[in-house]
Formats: sequence, structure tokens, C-alpha cells
Amino acid sequence: MIQSRKEKIASNIITLIFIILALFCVVPIFYILAASLSDEITLSREGYSLLPRGFSLEAFRFVLESPKAILNAYAVTIFVTIVGTVVSLLFTAMFAYVIARKDFSLSRIFSFMVFFSMLFNGGLVPTYIMMTQYYNVKDTVLALIIPYIIMPWHVFLMKGFLADIPVSLIEAAKIDGASEIKTFFKIVLPITKPALATVGLFIAFTYWNDWYQSMLYIDKALLNSLQFYLYRIMNNIQYLSSSMMAGNISIDTSSMPSETARMVLCVLAAGPMLVIFPFFQKYFVKGLTVGAVKG
Amino acid sequence: MASKIKKPVLASKGRKKNRMNWGLFLLAIPGLFFLVGYYYIPLFGLIIPFKKMDVAKGIFRSDWCGFDNFKFFFQSPDVWTVTRNTIGLNVLFIVITLTVSVLVALGLYEMSKKKVKLFQTCFFVPYFISWVVASYIVYALLSPDLGVIPNILEKLGMSVPNFYNEPKYWTAILILSYIWKHVGYNALIFYATLVGMDSALHEAAAIDGASKFQRIKYICLPYLMPIIVLMGVLMIGKIFYADFGMFYFLPRNSGTLYPVTDVIDTYVFRMLRVMGNIGMSSAVGLYQSAVGFILVLITNMIVKKRNEDYALF
Repeated sequence: MIQSRKEKIASNIITLIFIILALFCVVPIFYILAASLSDEITLSREGYSLLPRGFSLEAFRFVLESPKAILNAYAVTIFVTIVGTVVSLLFTAMFAYVIARKDFSLSRIFSFMVFFSMLFNGGLVPTYIMMTQYYNVKDTVLALIIPYIIMPWHVFLMKGFLADIPVSLIEAAKIDGASEIKTFFKIVLPITKPALATVGLFIAFTYWNDWYQSMLYIDKALLNSLQFYLYRIMNNIQYLSSSMMAGNISIDTSSMPSETARMVLCVLAAGPMLVIFPFFQKYFVKGLTVGAVKG
Repeated sequence: MASKIKKPVLASKGRKKNRMNWGLFLLAIPGLFFLVGYYYIPLFGLIIPFKKMDVAKGIFRSDWCGFDNFKFFFQSPDVWTVTRNTIGLNVLFIVITLTVSVLVALGLYEMSKKKVKLFQTCFFVPYFISWVVASYIVYALLSPDLGVIPNILEKLGMSVPNFYNEPKYWTAILILSYIWKHVGYNALIFYATLVGMDSALHEAAAIDGASKFQRIKYICLPYLMPIIVLMGVLMIGKIFYADFGMFYFLPRNSGTLYPVTDVIDTYVFRMLRVMGNIGMSSAVGLYQSAVGFILVLITNMIVKKRNEDYALF
């Protein structure tokens, strides 16, 4: 296509704006990374910057030296993320497939049930009381998994993708005598890869970054998730040292790299997701089709 | 889109309904179980605000107390502040995020695949940062002695405010943080919709001599409209709910900032976890759900009046 001069200038301006926006998105994160690699004393004298202040791995060494509490938090988060994502993704895909099947007599009702739950819900207190008094999941790992197994928005993302599967494919399977369940697992799931990758990543992200359910339902230190642990030490660096002490190493709190150690934990908490997501990116555009909410 | 010959797909209308398909029903059961268990059964709890809740007696056997819990909440001086903050900021978030995301999506649509990939990655990074970590980032930028921005201001010889004590800056800080986190995701949803558009439309328009701007205005925007409306209405339904993590972590629970940063959710949370007031926090919860739901019904009605096709139900 031939571009006019005017259009060329406009497109350059747009690119420039996009570069600024991209820097706005990415640069703040580098401050954290730089701080985690800084020397505590230099940092507390000169402040945060884009490059490490007096490069030092002291904070990393400090955090990883007695890593019991952190490893434990990692273990909780990894377990919850893996189990939660697998279960949630499977159940979400199954349910979304059913409501995408217009020939199923209950598809409209089920679809409405998902939609309605996005608009109206019991709120914090009723949910909290149900979970703790009736389902008895307080202080169990289930409390961290159950809330995100079916997320209405993800059902719709999945449905948006599944709704475009050609009918002939399903009918061919039927003629071959495959049951609905077999058709779903053998024919539908394999061609749903972009949506599974995209929605799966968002589910994993939800579990990985969750601190809210921990804050509500978890009192046992043993079940602290990574983000919750980070939140606990946010205002109280003593929590960091006391949980380190549990690893039988006494620490002189005055010489502790408190500021930089917090930043190390930020890097450890956010890092894995940021490393993983670019690999899934190629599926995003195909996987992020929002389907019709209406029936 | 009339030019597009559509193959029948699962969602096509007018397919004949079969008798009860038990195979499909079986597939739906696990999802249904968690949907009902987590979203529907707690709805019974909506009677809690009308009860004098006694944990030992359970929800159903506690005594009724009429509207006392609501009275208590609506008479407290904080109700006006938290409601204003919640709605005011959410309206700003909705308008600004939707506008910026649509503009970004349109910009991406005009770019080469390579550029799209690069920008998309950058815009998406903040989405994967939790509010806990984000609060550390904001702290690194704003903290009074060590923060990046105070340092710059100092070098420029300007007076340095303590951001964590000055409510007047926080509306802007919160809006910027919200955009930072959400624009990538929303823009991608719009972009994914645009990519699904039939390119024949653009070719035809180009042959007819339509400029780029005209094509955006008359082809892209109308094509996006249903999704914009959908996202908008869903966000309006949540207008009484604040993004708890953001409001809880970013201001670092600084009391002086409450007049600007305290929202219904943080208020309810403090009521519940700090003061243990179940009755009142549940009353506020019902107030949030009910008003949000009514707003969605009204918005949908307005949308329906203007254009039947865009309505959600």
C-alpha cells in the first residue's frame, strides 16, 4: 500500500507514543531489579536508580542463606498454581464447551448462570462464612484453590474460542460412534490449544499472584503463599528476620539488608511469571476472543 | 460482513435442539459444581445483613434484626467518602482505560507484525505483576528520601512533597497505576477482535478512496463497538467494587490518605478483620451487589434503546 507523506508522519508519531507507553510499562520494574542488586548502604544513601547502586549480591545471599520460609512459600505457591491451573483449566474448558454447544438443551441456562455470577454475588462476608463455617476449608490448601476454579470471565474467553469450531467436526465424530466425552477429549481439546494456552496462563497467573485468599483464610505460617509472605514483610521487616531465625541462624537485625532484601523477594515473586509469559504470547491473539455473552 | 460465507460453527443459531444430552451434561457437572458452590450457595448469606449474626448459632438460626446493620452503616460519616471514592475513581478508570485501550488496539492494528509483538510484550508485563510487588515499585518511585521522583525534583531545585502524606496527588497516582496494569490486557482483547475482521472490508474501502482515518472511524470502531459495550457494561457492574489489592497496598495503609484512597472494599475489610463487625460488613456487601446489579440493568436498557444488537441481554 502506498503511504502518503501525511500518513507516514502520523505513523511515526504513533510509534513514538507507543515507545513512550512501552517505557512507562517496563521501566518501573527495572528499578526493583536494580535495587535488588544494590549495596544496602549505598542505596540508603543515594536512593533508587535504574542501575544498581554499588553492585552487590549481598541481599540475594542474605535471602537465600536461610531460605526455609521462602522455600516453603515457594512450595505452597507452586503446588497451588500447578494443581489449581490443571483442575481449573480442565473444568473451565469442559463447561465452556457445553455452553458453546447450541444444540444442548441446557446451554442457555448454564450460560446465563455464568453471566449472572459476574453481575451479582454474595460478597465478601457470605462467601467467607460459607467457606469457613460450612465448607470447613479454613487453613487448608483447598481454600487457596477453590475460589479460582471456575472464573466466569475465563469461561467466556474459552467459549468465545470454542464457539467457532465447525459443526461438521463434531458430527463426523458422532457418525463414527464416539461418545460426547470422547469427542471432547480426542477432537475438541487438541484443536483448542491457543485458548488453552492463553486461558491457562491467566489462570496460572491468578493463582501465582494471589495473596487475597491467603489473607482471608490462612493463619498457619506453613501455608503462607509467596505473595502473602511478601505482603507480611512489607511493613514489618522483623517478620522476615523472625522467619529466618526459624532456620536456626541468628541475625543481627541492624546490619540486615532490609531494603534490598525486600526487593530481592519482589524479584523472586514476580520473576517466574515474567519469564514464562512471552512463550505463551503467540497464542494470545487467537485465544483472547470474547464470545457472545448473549445465549 | 455479509460478504463472508460462514461455515456452520457450534454457535450457529437455529440448530435443532436434541433431547437431553447426558454426555454433555456429564461434562458440565464439575464446572457446575464449583459455579454453584462458590457463587450461588453463598447467596443464601445475603440474609446475614438482616440478622444479628451469632457465629455459634450459624446463619439460619441467628436472630433477625431488621435494617439495623444498614442504619449503622449509612449513618457513619465514612459512607459518603468511601462511596464517592469508589464510584468516582471507577468512573475515571473505566473511561480512561477503555479509551486508551481502544486507541492502543487501533494503533497496533496499523503496525507491522514485528512491532506488534514487541509492543504487546511491553504493555503486557505489568499485568503479570501483583499489586503487592507493584506497591514496592511505587514505593521505589515515590518514597520521600530514596524515591526516584523526589530525587529528580530535588535535583531540579523543586520542593519535594511527601507523597504518602499528601492526598492531592493520589487520584493521579491511582489512575496511572491502573492504566499501567490494565491497558495491555484490554488493548489485546480489542486487538484480537480487530484481527478477526474481514480484510475484504478494508480493501473495498481503500478502492473507494477512504483515508486511513475514515476507515478507522467507519469500519474499525463500529466493528469494535459490541466488545467495547460488553467490557463497559461489565465494568459498570463492578463500579461499586474497588480493586482491593490496589487500594490496600499502594497507599501503604497511610491514614492521611484515607480521604482519597479509602474505598468500600478496604472499608469492609477493616470492618471485618480489624473490628470483627460481621453484620455491618455484610450490609455493605449487599449494598455493593444490589446497586451494581441495578446499574447494569439500567445501562443495558439504555444500550438496548440505542442499538438492539449491542445489548447484553
